[in-house]
Amino acid sequence: MTPLSDMSFFASFVLIFVSAAFTDNILLARFLGMCSCLGVSKKVDTSLGLGVAVIFVTASTSALNYLVYQYMLVPLGLQYLRLIIFIVVIAAFVQLVEMVIERTSEKLYNSLGIFLPLITVNCAILGISLFMLNKPYNFSQAFAFGLGGGFGWFLAITLIGAIRERINESALPRGLEGPGITLIIIGIMALGFIGFSGMIKI
Amino acid sequence: MGSSYTKILKDGLLDENPIYRQVLGICSALAVTNLLTNTLFMCFGVIFTASLTNFTVSLLRQHIPTRIRMIVQVIIIASYVMMIDILIKAVAPDIHRFIGPYVGLIITNCIIMGRAEAFASQNRPLPSLMDGLACGLGYSAVLIAIAVVREIMGFGTLLGIALPARELWWTQWTIMVMPPGAFFMLAIMTWFARAKLVKQEAS
Repeated sequence: MTPLSDMSFFASFVLIFVSAAFTDNILLARFLGMCSCLGVSKKVDTSLGLGVAVIFVTASTSALNYLVYQYMLVPLGLQYLRLIIFIVVIAAFVQLVEMVIERTSEKLYNSLGIFLPLITVNCAILGISLFMLNKPYNFSQAFAFGLGGGFGWFLAITLIGAIRERINESALPRGLEGPGITLIIIGIMALGFIGFSGMIKI
Repeated sequence: MGSSYTKILKDGLLDENPIYRQVLGICSALAVTNLLTNTLFMCFGVIFTASLTNFTVSLLRQHIPTRIRMIVQVIIIASYVMMIDILIKAVAPDIHRFIGPYVGLIITNCIIMGRAEAFASQNRPLPSLMDGLACGLGYSAVLIAIAVVREIMGFGTLLGIALPARELWWTQWTIMVMPPGAFFMLAIMTWFARAKLVKQEAS
């Protein structure tokens, strides 16, 4: 396998995107973003809305955090401050996006706006920024990792939403309703996604 | 006063247990539970952060402007998580390599933020400290239970020590080591807890 640094720009971008979205799915293999996933995935519509918002925010914040880490924290030797800086960058970015959307498009705000505050505390966002540091990525690769991670989360939550819509109509043991059955669905989906592992190794 | 502390402790551990009752903060609960040693470090981190965050938020509750309280709470939480992160890195660098990113993710653990917002911002410092401690312990109890099952079934070990003569009688369940095992275990625990609850409400 050729190392990432020797690959063409496009090949490495696609490879990182696919591996972040499928083989290393942030929700199914890394367990991140579960809280909002359990809360929001009751319907496909809301899942789609939150999923799109998450893709946008992870892609942007992973690029932003990469720049902040490499060009501010590393030169100053302040790597241990990364947790605080990352969460502040994410919170500030989400706030900014919310204000911009509110001013420019009322329609988009109504469909996406309610999800934005939920995103600051979605651990998938912070998680992608933290996992990114463990790998020797350059700027575009960090962006691809964020984009792929967000897409993987979007895919998982939409599928779960669709399954839950169907399950709502069946009779379940009362203790299993809600989170119990959702966790089992996610477990079975995680089993399915294990099939992707080994497809790509980075 | 003593009885109210016991009540807070009991609520956090059983009646209002953050994981199976409110289904909060399970992200990190699942990722670190395939080895008990990792889980214990993670639990320590959560208990430390939850109780001290509650204490600090409660001390400052009259000085934090309502509009920006979220960001102030996040910064308080992040400061404590940073301490824990550095501490674990110093004490157990090997373990830190595995659970490092998840320790950082204690910041976005909804339990901590939730308790700071729901309890600490309206109560005095000492009961708040107690509430954080109780929630941390309740969270740890569930995590440890899952980790014990997963490690024994998945690896045939406990705290890294092999079960006696395991080659003779035990086939390791690889699935318990992998992500689906965690989801299924947590689902089973929520099922039991909720079924008990339904029965209680019916009677």
